[in-house]
Amino acid sequence: MKTWAAAHRRACASAFSRLWASPLANLLNISVIGIALALPLGFYVVLANLQGLARDFTPQPEISIFLAADANASDVRLIEQRLKARAGLAGFRFVPRMQALETLKSRSGLADVAAGLSGNPLPDAFVITAGANDAAALEILRAEFAAWPKVAEAHVDSDWARRLDSLLAIGRYAVMMLAAALALALIAITFNTIRLQILTQRDEIEVTKLIGATDGWIQRPFLYFGGLIGIAGGITAWLLTALSLLIFNSQLRPLAALYGVPLELVHLPWADSLFALLFAAGLGWFGAWLSVRRHLSAHNPH
Amino acid sequence: MTQIVLSGVSKRYPGGHDALANVSLTVETGELVFITGHSGAGKSTLLKLMVAIERPTTGSVIVNGQNIGSLRARGIPFLRRNFGLVFQDHKLLFDRNAFENVMLPLDISGFDRREGARRARAALDKVGLLHKEKARPITLSGGEQQRLCIARAIVHRPAVLLADEPTGNLDAEYATEIGTLFSDFNQVGVTVVLATHDAQLAARLNPRVVTIRGGRLVE
Repeated sequence: MKTWAAAHRRACASAFSRLWASPLANLLNISVIGIALALPLGFYVVLANLQGLARDFTPQPEISIFLAADANASDVRLIEQRLKARAGLAGFRFVPRMQALETLKSRSGLADVAAGLSGNPLPDAFVITAGANDAAALEILRAEFAAWPKVAEAHVDSDWARRLDSLLAIGRYAVMMLAAALALALIAITFNTIRLQILTQRDEIEVTKLIGATDGWIQRPFLYFGGLIGIAGGITAWLLTALSLLIFNSQLRPLAALYGVPLELVHLPWADSLFALLFAAGLGWFGAWLSVRRHLSAHNPH
Repeated sequence: MTQIVLSGVSKRYPGGHDALANVSLTVETGELVFITGHSGAGKSTLLKLMVAIERPTTGSVIVNGQNIGSLRARGIPFLRRNFGLVFQDHKLLFDRNAFENVMLPLDISGFDRREGARRARAALDKVGLLHKEKARPITLSGGEQQRLCIARAIVHRPAVLLADEPTGNLDAEYATEIGTLFSDFNQVGVTVVLATHDAQLAARLNPRVVTIRGGRLVE
């Protein structure tokens, strides 16, 4: 166990010294990996922010019930009782037709329209916060309400939120595909880097193998090296994204101030950032492993 | 206790060249064996078969009762650690000094660094290179490089020393030194198998001589 830990320590140290041995070439490699990873990371961060915004704006999908024009107070009470009795609703509120008209009047630009009305054309309404969130359940609820007596119409108000949601879902797929493509690129980059390194250390590999080194011992420094440039690339990507957000937010702030809403894009949470780094390290490690494996098997006896 | 038994071994290289044909040979523990023959006779192939650098086409190679012709790839490193290998072209690593070259086999087997350093210096001392431990191999003479290679081969105290033309590129005086070294190791119980076409060396050390001609043994 002690020798095993020592062997890993030495392999890790050797990987670091290889990193220092050709700083410029490795810096370039790390930059390429960093930029490649920054693309999906950046998109992901923007998506996560959009999703957060969407969630803030629509806490719960709502269903509006508009009563028939001839509905009287007892009809309203009847519907209120049915709603109370109905299980699975998060809540509801009654919007009397007078209140609806007041609201309409108070809206800038619509006051004139309201003033021009001879009577109150608006019906009494209930706004129901549904407990369910998926489209199918909402539609069932809507149909049920629409069938109640003295109900003229029932609407699901969360259509736009659902449209946004499915747009975001498409965005997530796009990010995933982009990430997959660029992950392959990362593997290819480390594969090639390690291949070049193997070529310069051919003698060392041959000699150590001849005098009894296991494949594990030989490949360990290369794997650490692959993991290291993966992590370094991941850190670069993270920093690039952070920098872009900083610049973007400085442009976003005046715009947000104009609309009077706090609008700021935030970076990934720490746990997700850590996961992204580990993922990059894993890809680097894997690229190195593919490369070393291919080379080492060529040394086996025939 | 390391016995090497080759029975009915043939080796045909890809392309159809027969390096060895039906060779049977037993090397007992503690023996000093010279394998002689012209270059191309199959001496190197014979040594390579013993440490699974090559696999026999037919026949079996048994080291310590283990058939290494069918040894799986992951078992090979552990087989090789029983051996010390001396190469004609030394195969030293030029990016590190003499001391680090000798440390290599100990690092590979996970030997404690401090205890290892002691052993490495002892091995360098044995071949008379202790004063050059910091020297890069490229700055050493041919004879010194060969002695460094020997130090690396013995540092992990192998049971068997295999040497392929260890005096091949050396003049007579250096060759004598090297020959004496091998003889010394043999005196303390190490099995030594040495491939050479240097007849003088054989005459001085009085070993068991095995001659190969065209891939066949003529003992």
